[in-house]
Amino acid sequence: MAVCIAVIAKENYPLYIRSVPTESELKFHYTVHTSLDVVDEKISAMGKALVDQRDLYLGLLYPTEDYKVYGYVTNSKVKFVMVVDSSNTALRDNEIRSMFRKLHNSYTDIMCNPFYNPGDRIHSRAFDNMVTSMMMQVC
Amino acid sequence: ITEVCGAKRVGYFGPAQFYIALKLIAAAQSGLPVRIESIKNELPLPRFMAMKNDSEIRYGNPAEPHGVKFQVPHATLEKNSYKRTDEGDKQEPKSPPASPICSPPASPSSYQRTPLSYGYSKSRNGLEQQHGAAYEVRHSTHQQDGPASGNYGAKSARACSTLNRSLSAEREPPDSSAHYADDPWRITEEQRDYYVNQFRSLQPDLNAFISGSVAKNFFTKSKLPIPELSHIWELSDVDCDGALTLAEFCAAFHLVVARKNGYQLPETLPETLLPDYLQAASLKPIHDCVLFDSYSEPLPGSQQTRDFNRPEKTSAEEVPDNSGLIKDTSKDDKQGIQIFVVLLSVKFYVFFFSFSVAQESIALRARPRSRSYSSTSIEDAMKKGEEPPTPPPRPQKSHSRASSLDLNKIFQQNAQAARSGWLPPPPPALPPRPSVTQAEQVSEVELHPQMTRPPSQTEENSSAKKEAVLTQPPSKPVRRKFRTETQVLENPELSPTINVTSSLSAVKPHLPVQKQSSKQKRAIQTAIRKNKEANAVLARLNSELQQQLKVRNALKNHNGKARLQSLL
Repeated sequence: MAVCIAVIAKENYPLYIRSVPTESELKFHYTVHTSLDVVDEKISAMGKALVDQRDLYLGLLYPTEDYKVYGYVTNSKVKFVMVVDSSNTALRDNEIRSMFRKLHNSYTDIMCNPFYNPGDRIHSRAFDNMVTSMMMQVC
Repeated sequence: ITEVCGAKRVGYFGPAQFYIALKLIAAAQSGLPVRIESIKNELPLPRFMAMKNDSEIRYGNPAEPHGVKFQVPHATLEKNSYKRTDEGDKQEPKSPPASPICSPPASPSSYQRTPLSYGYSKSRNGLEQQHGAAYEVRHSTHQQDGPASGNYGAKSARACSTLNRSLSAEREPPDSSAHYADDPWRITEEQRDYYVNQFRSLQPDLNAFISGSVAKNFFTKSKLPIPELSHIWELSDVDCDGALTLAEFCAAFHLVVARKNGYQLPETLPETLLPDYLQAASLKPIHDCVLFDSYSEPLPGSQQTRDFNRPEKTSAEEVPDNSGLIKDTSKDDKQGIQIFVVLLSVKFYVFFFSFSVAQESIALRARPRSRSYSSTSIEDAMKKGEEPPTPPPRPQKSHSRASSLDLNKIFQQNAQAARSGWLPPPPPALPPRPSVTQAEQVSEVELHPQMTRPPSQTEENSSAKKEAVLTQPPSKPVRRKFRTETQVLENPELSPTINVTSSLSAVKPHLPVQKQSSKQKRAIQTAIRKNKEANAVLARLNSELQQQLKVRNALKNHNGKARLQSLL
């Protein structure tokens, strides 16, 4: 269950960012922002190899004491960043991967919508629903 | 009144309830007791307070509450509201939309709006109007927004005006309309026909897709805000491929129409708008079809018509790949519609085939996700592991062969020749083909009719007689390439050599006979070019067949696996 999910465009501005509504939402935004550096680092590190071989799933970007940040990048340099609460019993890697896959699928569905201009903020209700299902339930 | 008319009981105002309610209002205003029996009397129209909205002033009296008729003030009709005569006099009532959750009229003002809105016959723009408030009241009436600035544009204005006319038309007695359960999300027959016609205007082949950009332009004309259109698209494009099938298009159009009439868009697609549902519905006989009179062909006939379809296509289009591809692109779940299109009336033989070649290219263009947009090529390239779009079909072969023959002309000629029904039996006359085996001849005869027909047609119609004859030999070998691959087991050794020699020999006698006219010179040149191409093809084929020959010989001679493998 993620605490914050963000979709970052190729030019590193957010297309979609959504957090669990706690008071420290801004902190999550900062976290996502700083994690972009790590993402870029990982992409460039793998850049030597062919793009095909590069895995879309980037894995754990960096852990802090409170939470962990996972990253996923698409072939068009659209990044998905997910902040997960550390206290949550360790989510297995597979689960994170499957969450990213769902995100990616929803994202492509949005892309198919001719009324969506790439680079716009994402307002799709279907996408929202899907993200909501992945977010932590705030008690 | 609410109780008497039954709205309390069912929880909403269906048309029946509404009509009765209005009649009871009239009765009450006339001083009669509020009872069911009162509605039997002939009563004047119920009187409502004047509204400030100038639109209501224009529309004057509310519609007569009698359960059947509605007056439509003619002054309010838009000019183009009746232009679509092909809608005919669709007197079928639109199934009255109702929100099951609407409450009985709370305030008189909001209640007044609804009978007046009944009199509306214009199509309106969605959002600016007072119907923000009216949404809550949501009766079973056809709430339409007041006359707003935007004009939908001819098409959708007509859509709404069709609805309006159906509103104003004679209505069935309430009991039969109860069948539709007052469902605003159910598409009536006339609406469906309208949507189908619109689809056809965008995309002549009912089996193909409307691409995203085309649909975007079309729906943008409705002047709905983009986020709403985006949501409508999300709802209606069920398979999320960036293109709309006929069913998806109908659903989307219906949602647009509903939205413009003031209905909030649902969060998920209603069941009656699902493509499966719509397709099942479309297979029932569709009446009032404008172009095709065989819409009512029942589904069980589909299988044979499909097979019928196949040879029809193969013969006329002369490239087997084409038929395969057309079937491919049409997506089997559109069988019903496909059959309607292809069916027997020769009139649409022409129609279909003159578009079919364009069709498959359009369909192929429209179908794969990665082709839909200009600006998102990279992102589209990265889809969720979808395989690359099918390569463009090979009709170039036919085109190259027939580059001197206009395909459309051929098919039209074909159709004209085939007026009497199925295509006439192949002309028996064939150019001389010396030293051809029996098997070859049989296959040739099969092939020739399909090919000689277009050439023969051009013979009749154009003066370039020789051109047609000349194009025959190259076309036959090209065609043969596909056939011999299937026949290679029968007579592998003979075919390639005979092919080459016969084609050459067939070509030679024609050349010297040529007259020296400029047109024929050109024809000669094209023929020569084609012959060269054919020769190249044949040479390739030859080498392949030789190879196969070797393999077979190896097999025959039991030379051992190793040798065979080395050959392969």
